[in-house]
Amino acid sequence: MNTNRDAFTLGPLESGPACCVPQPIIQVKNLSLRYGDKIALDNVTLDVFKGCITALIGPSGCGKTSFLSAINRLTDLIPGCSINGRILINGQDIHAANNNVQALRRNIGMVFQKPTPFPLSVRRNLSLPLNEHGVIKKSEVAAIIEQVLQDVGLWGEVCDRLDTPALSLSGGQQQRLCIARALALNPEILLMDEPCSALDPIASGVVEDLINRLQGRYTIVIVTHNLAQARRIANYAAFFWVRERTGQLIEFGRCQHIFESPNHELTAAFVNGHRG
Amino acid sequence: MFEMMQRIRELSVQSLVYLAALLVSAIFIWILSDLVRGGIAHLSWEFLTESPRDAGRAGGIASILVSTILILLVALVTAIPLAWATAVLLAEFIPITSLFGKVVRFSLYVLAGVPSIVFGLFGNAFFSIYLGLGFSILSGGLTLACMLLPILTATAEAGLRAVPDNYRLSSAALGMTRTAALIHLIVPAAAPALVAGLLIGIGRALAETAALLFTSGYVDRMPGSLLDSGRALALHIFDLSMNVPGGDAPAFAAALILVSLLLCINILAMKLAYDLQRRKMMI
Amino acid sequence: MQTDRLLVGFLRVGAMVSALVMLLILLFLLLESWPVLSQLSLLRFVVDTSWHPLEGAYNLMPMLSGTLLASLGALLLAIPLGIASALFIVFFAPSYVASLYRRFIELFAGIPSVVFGFWGLTTLVPLIGEWQPPGASLLAGVTVLTLMVLPMVALTAYTALAAVPEELFRNAAALGLSRWGMVRGVALPAARTGIIAGIILAAARALGETMAVLMVAGNVVQYPESVFDPIRTLAANIALEMAYAMGDHRAALFVSGLLLMALVMVLSGMAGLVEKQSHV
Repeated sequence: MNTNRDAFTLGPLESGPACCVPQPIIQVKNLSLRYGDKIALDNVTLDVFKGCITALIGPSGCGKTSFLSAINRLTDLIPGCSINGRILINGQDIHAANNNVQALRRNIGMVFQKPTPFPLSVRRNLSLPLNEHGVIKKSEVAAIIEQVLQDVGLWGEVCDRLDTPALSLSGGQQQRLCIARALALNPEILLMDEPCSALDPIASGVVEDLINRLQGRYTIVIVTHNLAQARRIANYAAFFWVRERTGQLIEFGRCQHIFESPNHELTAAFVNGHRG
Repeated sequence: MFEMMQRIRELSVQSLVYLAALLVSAIFIWILSDLVRGGIAHLSWEFLTESPRDAGRAGGIASILVSTILILLVALVTAIPLAWATAVLLAEFIPITSLFGKVVRFSLYVLAGVPSIVFGLFGNAFFSIYLGLGFSILSGGLTLACMLLPILTATAEAGLRAVPDNYRLSSAALGMTRTAALIHLIVPAAAPALVAGLLIGIGRALAETAALLFTSGYVDRMPGSLLDSGRALALHIFDLSMNVPGGDAPAFAAALILVSLLLCINILAMKLAYDLQRRKMMI
Repeated sequence: MQTDRLLVGFLRVGAMVSALVMLLILLFLLLESWPVLSQLSLLRFVVDTSWHPLEGAYNLMPMLSGTLLASLGALLLAIPLGIASALFIVFFAPSYVASLYRRFIELFAGIPSVVFGFWGLTTLVPLIGEWQPPGASLLAGVTVLTLMVLPMVALTAYTALAAVPEELFRNAAALGLSRWGMVRGVALPAARTGIIAGIILAAARALGETMAVLMVAGNVVQYPESVFDPIRTLAANIALEMAYAMGDHRAALFVSGLLLMALVMVLSGMAGLVEKQSHV
């Protein structure tokens, strides 16, 4: 985990590492997830490659969001939720006894479906998590805030009202603030759970452009119900399906492959809009 | 014919409901105006600043007010940490199905129904005699603390549960500890509810008489320490009206003060809740 | 993580202490009443000549009947008035009058029992006394108790009525129901469990109420022959005699405390069950 804040510079977003050198950063091995007796996700094995955008697609209730929450162990917070199988990040098991869950989640940013700014000012929304992770020096915090707001294209819009309540921003601005909040902790991985679905089409387009620009610098796993969007932005796609209320991974591969010549007939039916 | 009947029925029901509301309002206005009429003449600055003389017929209620405040403070200082710790545990840290949580919740539910005179019996047996605190402000305050526990816990738990879950999820996703999320986000968001519950509790404590009869005692002198007996305001009204011939005028005045105090607390509760709501958006 | 564990540990201790208070109360009530419970047969509390604790006669029945009569009378008056008040707020009054009246009721829910008792003592008792002496009577107790539990009945009924989904009313109106038809046919049945739970809780409050009744009911240990006869309730008896009770007498008072608590616990258990049923 990178805790050395001096090494923290985002730099121009274009100059990230070349995308899609297939170098796995998240390795999911035989992951099963239950809520009480109900199996939400059955035996999923999947590699997420560094610096790429991986889209999770499939009908509602197929376990995409559960899969996402398992990666940063947000499932710990759900009573009755149990996990079998292994998830390795950079080769390290996230459930290993010596693993610090706070540090894990710092390294993995997450953006939710509905914008979730805290009921605090714009500035405090960004500084609170930084303070909690030991970044306390005022100048440093200010620099990071400006940097990440620039990155999400919000700086011009809010630089003169950093102390207004974050809830007074528009929906699209709130969502970009939440992305900035995740970026401020300098994570390697970003998990996004339908980040555009609660936004109007224009705000949605702005956020989608932003995700595109983040590609390469971050490894992004995004759940989306918008197949056209998945096709536009993702390098890889994983197709989940639900059978008898249990989610399964049907097919995983390069985005082009999944959308144009899938191996599985369910995938073909889904991406062509016949099923789902 | 049928329509006629129906109109008559509608009208009679409506007049009955209006009549009931009118009757209730009239009785309550009657009580209030009686209090004001009986008490206003006896009210003065001296009434608040002097201690009672001649069993309360003369003098004021200064020592009574001091005792009341001390009893209230003891009760709050004891009950608040316990109640709020319990509420945070129940709302934030244990699943709703946990056995421990169910036992605690059930126990507090039963406690909420205990009549105040029974609290008085318990306080006398446990605090005054078993712990040897005697008739003192401390035993009275601790007895009240037991009474306040269920109210404070229930209001605080409800307030914490009303905080949107996405604060918990997104702060966890940012790698914040649950303690940090509680301190910076959840408790501030629940603060209006906590304060409202607190004020309800204060109102309940100020109104209490029966639980204090045999715990904090009757002595109307200025208390020198928490181990002295001290007479609460509500008990003062009771004693003046029941045991002191000619004590009605000061009793009216004391009752007027008690009722206005409770009224102020109600208004304060609303205003504070509103202010906090606004401020938490601005931090 | 360590801070989290520390916090949870601290919280658990707090919760445990909170839960233990109830046990402690039961324990001490039992402990204090043990001298009498272990020596006397429980029958003595029913068949003794009357309540003469200094001569060793511990019949609780006259006072139990006083408690029950006063509470029952108060409920009989408070239920119709309380429900009518709630209906007034939800259905009949114009909105500003409704919110004013609700604030009014909320304010009165907060008035201390001792103030109600004091008003009863100075206004009500002389009034009844002019008509049917002595004045301090079951009737005065019932009236004061009614005033105390009425806000409770009204506010719980209001909450239950306000929680009835708006669509039900729209549907009822679309069927051309009259206002009373809507209230009787839709609103009251839909809010029934909430209203009943509120009434049961009000009953528990009335049973346990001490000071207000003590101040106006005359406190004579007897079975009343009319509403103008004075009565003594269990709670008032405790308040009156604890100050000088010793030995078995004191223990007998604790027994009456236990009895009172048992009554109230049965009632609040019933209220809990009713509320639970409404969620099924």
